Amino acid sequence: MKFLTEYRQPELVAQYLAEIKKAVTRPWQIMEVCGGQTHSLVKNGILNMLPPEIQMIHGPGCPVCVTPLNLIDKAVFLAQEKDVILCSFGDMLRVPGSQKSLLQAKAEGADVRILYSPLEAVRLAREKPGKEVVFFAVGFETTAPANALSVLQAAQLGVRNYSILPSHVLVPPAIEAVMDDEQSNVQGFLGAGHVCTIMGTEEYYPLVERYHIPIVVTGFEPADLLQGILMTVRQLEKGEAKLENQYSRVVRPEGNPEARKIIAQAFEVGDREWRGIGNIPHSGYHLRPEFGAYDANIKFDVDIPKAKESEECIAGLVLKGIKKPHECPQFGKGCTPSSPLGAPMVSSEGACAAYYHFSQAVSEMA
Amino acid sequence: MQLDCPMPELDFDIITLGHGSGGLLTNKLLESGVFNLLSNDKLDTHHDGAILSFNGAVGFSTDSFVISPIFFPGGNIGELAVNGTVNDLAMCGAIPQHLSLGFVLEEGLSMADFWQILVSIKSACERAGVQVVTGDTKVVEKGKGDKIFINTTGLGPIHPRADIRMSRIQPGDKVVISGNLATHGVAILSVREGLQFETDIESDTCNLNHTVRALLDEFGPAIHLMRDPTRGGVATVLNELARDTRLGVDIHQPLLPLDEQVEGACEILGLDPLYVANEGIFIAIVEAGQAEAFTSKLRSLEHGENAAVIGEVVDAHPRQVVLSSNIGGKRVVNMPVGEQLPRIC
Repeated sequence: MKFLTEYRQPELVAQYLAEIKKAVTRPWQIMEVCGGQTHSLVKNGILNMLPPEIQMIHGPGCPVCVTPLNLIDKAVFLAQEKDVILCSFGDMLRVPGSQKSLLQAKAEGADVRILYSPLEAVRLAREKPGKEVVFFAVGFETTAPANALSVLQAAQLGVRNYSILPSHVLVPPAIEAVMDDEQSNVQGFLGAGHVCTIMGTEEYYPLVERYHIPIVVTGFEPADLLQGILMTVRQLEKGEAKLENQYSRVVRPEGNPEARKIIAQAFEVGDREWRGIGNIPHSGYHLRPEFGAYDANIKFDVDIPKAKESEECIAGLVLKGIKKPHECPQFGKGCTPSSPLGAPMVSSEGACAAYYHFSQAVSEMA
Repeated sequence: MQLDCPMPELDFDIITLGHGSGGLLTNKLLESGVFNLLSNDKLDTHHDGAILSFNGAVGFSTDSFVISPIFFPGGNIGELAVNGTVNDLAMCGAIPQHLSLGFVLEEGLSMADFWQILVSIKSACERAGVQVVTGDTKVVEKGKGDKIFINTTGLGPIHPRADIRMSRIQPGDKVVISGNLATHGVAILSVREGLQFETDIESDTCNLNHTVRALLDEFGPAIHLMRDPTRGGVATVLNELARDTRLGVDIHQPLLPLDEQVEGACEILGLDPLYVANEGIFIAIVEAGQAEAFTSKLRSLEHGENAAVIGEVVDAHPRQVVLSSNIGGKRVVNMPVGEQLPRIC
């Protein structure tokens, strides 16, 4: 596994850790925006290797966590419709809707399938002309090209029994939402490497200037994350606020023009609701009107009343880094990975689940 | 698996409801070759059940097999059903001898598929040195099953030197794994609908009883516990152990034996190999002083070439499994909530 093992070498990791310890003189709060980074920090046990001055705040970049309750309810409703096959990425299945999760709907007989690619769903639609295949198109900019491509492909092939239920959110507006919150105490960001692989880095310059915060586009391997943290800390200690690219072996300033073109063909930017955070202007992708026939919202005319979130869940405050998961009164009591109140406890990328697994370790391994 | 026993000439090519009726069709199915294929003195009596005699302690275990797809790279549901129960018995310190074999067939199953499964059962029994001594066949309506479900139950005397008990586990005991992790689970995933990916990873399903018996011969009571980490993977077995003993378990990521292709597939699919199902491996908790000798012996035995000591039982962090990662970080390895679901990104 070349290109991965190099960034997992214990010696390299130790070197970055030593440099971070040397560089840091006071407490800093750094948010890793992307759930994939949260996952890697937890999986590799990096959080308890960092000096205590550095607090990592797990950001809203977990697509599963920010998909609105109403959309999950819609997906569940569609899955239960006769002759509908609802396809989804795996970790969306366990997220609780207001009544049930997709996994429960599946257990009750709904045809719910886990796929790795929306193009598989188009293939399925061609194989099953008598069925309506709906893909729950969840994700950030990273999954957008494939979801867009599935719609373009279905249109080109004249596949009429395929549609997507889009729930696409964007990173830069999420950073704005975090920074605009008066209670936020985030001082620097690790930018999401995979998102920037698609989108490039240009859209982050205005954020760096406007909020005077360092943003370091960072990869996902242990050495990547530690180097990204080191670069952020060095900026913070010097009072700088620059956009830097730690993940330059993958991320180019212009991103992936081909993928961006595909996104632009199928999607347009519009307002979006984020679970736990609320409506953020210009923060998501909607299908362009000319692809209305492939938009499950239009095709099925699903009108699900908006359910209320659990009042005990403070997911919004957690996703913005204002509260730590364990500061929630329900954490580990009324809300656990096996019976979650909110989405951040469900996904392995979710801040609460990450903390749930990790905080036990802190108390025992300190 | 090659068909080394040709299918007999039959006047039906699919299973129908009548084959489970107990009447003429059932007899036709059984007489078509099932009995001949699995023939032994106990089965051939055609009693309602087998008559067995034992002296002393006996291991007794049952398992049902509902795998999809029924044919997968490296095996099929038939040999899995034999190996599964044989291995469960071996994990108890038993020497597997007799199996029962129960089929739930879905109407429409092709006779050719059923025959191939039967032939695999026969070869798996021969490899493990066990006999099918009693059986049952039921047929359910189309849509009420998934081609074929198999239940096997097994019996065998406990090895005279075996003393396998959770309560014998002590701090300091070593955690030994007999082979590469996650191979079976990844092989199955590679052929699941919607997830197909190109790989030559094959399931490691096999019978472990001869290997285990050789280890019991030599190390007997130094083996405190054995478990095969099937569903839920290694993480589940170690968590159960930590929970039940109220001790902690430390494991070390750099020591985990993992095939490079399997590791790559897990990386791409977003799966943690510690939670992926296994078939052809087991975990042994072994007295510290004997662990090295145990592991090198295991490496010399069939199915044990990749064996490794992966950790130890500790007093610290009771009821928790803690992994030291490749880079020296630590994390708690929890019991999985349900089936592991692939991550989005």
